[in-house]
Amino acid sequence: MIEAKNISKWFDGQRVLYDITATFDTGKTNLIIGQSGSGKTVFMKCLIGLLTPEEGVILYDGRKFRAMSDAEKRKLRMEIGVLFQGSALFDNETVLGNVMFPLKMFSQMSHAEQLERAHFCIQRVGLSNADNKYPSEISGGMQKRVAIARAIALNPKYLFCDEPNSGLDPKTSILIDELLSDITHEYGITTIINTHDMNSVLGIGEKIIFINKGHCDWIGNDKNIFRSTSQSLNDFVFASQLFREVKNFLEREYEAEEDV
Amino acid sequence: MILSSIASFGRYWIFLSHVFRVPDKIKESLKRLVFEMNKLGVDSIPLVIIISLFIGAVITIQMTINIVSPLIPSYSTGLATREILLLEFSSTMMCLILAGKVGSNIASEIGTMRVTEQIDALDIMGINSANFIVLPKIVGFVLFVPVLCILSMFMGLIGGWIIAEFTTMISVEDYVFGIQSFFNEWYVWYGIIKTIVFAFIIASVSSFYGYYIKGGALEVGQASTKAVVSSSILILLFDVILTKLLLQ
Repeated sequence: MIEAKNISKWFDGQRVLYDITATFDTGKTNLIIGQSGSGKTVFMKCLIGLLTPEEGVILYDGRKFRAMSDAEKRKLRMEIGVLFQGSALFDNETVLGNVMFPLKMFSQMSHAEQLERAHFCIQRVGLSNADNKYPSEISGGMQKRVAIARAIALNPKYLFCDEPNSGLDPKTSILIDELLSDITHEYGITTIINTHDMNSVLGIGEKIIFINKGHCDWIGNDKNIFRSTSQSLNDFVFASQLFREVKNFLEREYEAEEDV
Repeated sequence: MILSSIASFGRYWIFLSHVFRVPDKIKESLKRLVFEMNKLGVDSIPLVIIISLFIGAVITIQMTINIVSPLIPSYSTGLATREILLLEFSSTMMCLILAGKVGSNIASEIGTMRVTEQIDALDIMGINSANFIVLPKIVGFVLFVPVLCILSMFMGLIGGWIIAEFTTMISVEDYVFGIQSFFNEWYVWYGIIKTIVFAFIIASVSSFYGYYIKGGALEVGQASTKAVVSSSILILLFDVILTKLLLQ
């Protein structure tokens, strides 16, 4: 479990995060949602340790991140897998090389064991016959899969995903969401996904934290998001015509249920 | 302007303090060292050969045309060609050219890694990204550059010999006698020492500009240009300092 308590962050005197408090549960897909520019990526970077919040505390299973020594932070980082928005695959490494990279750097495995583990991860994300291809030679969806395979290579306890569906078609997005959800439940990972894709929200949003203009405006899940009374959340969720129609449909359903 | 220069200078030294640390995985760093030596050094060999060959030939032609006094011995052309190559061309001029090729390559590669979050990915894994990416580049280039310097000296002399062999401007005997006359071995060491310092400047300054990029593709191009310009100016500055120190 990861806890963020009263996180505040400033850039050049401008405040971008306001006392955000949230808990991210183990074995669940925790979603951070919000409009572009709302501060969700900054919040995630604070959680990972890429940015240091001016105020607040971040706890990894009760361990204070900022109070950790360099050695402890280094050890913790081996327990963290990150899927970046642009995949962040190493250009000069093949698919296999990318997935083997954390194993080569941190594990005590023999080369044969590293190969076996890398192949397992590559197969787990549904890739085949791509071992020797370079990132520039595969599609965006495949790059995401390779990045997921690399992120899970060391059996992480915490998995962070920054907009895993950006730039992907709806069908591939669903596949990536399902993959992340499956991996989370299979290995009991604390998964935190940063997204503004409503399909992901409804598909895998076991816990949802809504950030609006740097404030945490709402916390809930995919079951109660349509019943929220938060105006800012409703503005975000029902921004598209499709979801407005879904809302109207559901409201009619609820009314019918109440009548019965 | 002055404050930002001082701040950049300070950041450069902090950056170097992160770079020069014991690597996380020495075996991986050694692999990268060989890779970088190949990419930055071996891949520069064709450029060095072509430029040195032609410049050596041009220097020989110019010396032959300009040294026409009967009071000056005919072997002076070879001697002057050799001195120019050893003292200035194969070290300073070659490094200015390499600053363009290698410097822009390093800055754009590291800059692209920064904007595509590859450096963030390394940091998240708990790897010292500056050390992992930059150290093999600096060490690899510094180790290989003396080879390029000596190769440049040799190919420049070959360029002059080609002029002597295939034209009637100067005899081969005079040219060969000239390049053997009054040879001072220290000049070769002087050239090599300068090249090593210049290689360090090229690799470290270019890495610095690439590593601290903020933005996107446009900034990668700008950083690449800044890296080449700054490296070139520093090379010229250190050329004066080293010449004063080593030749006086």
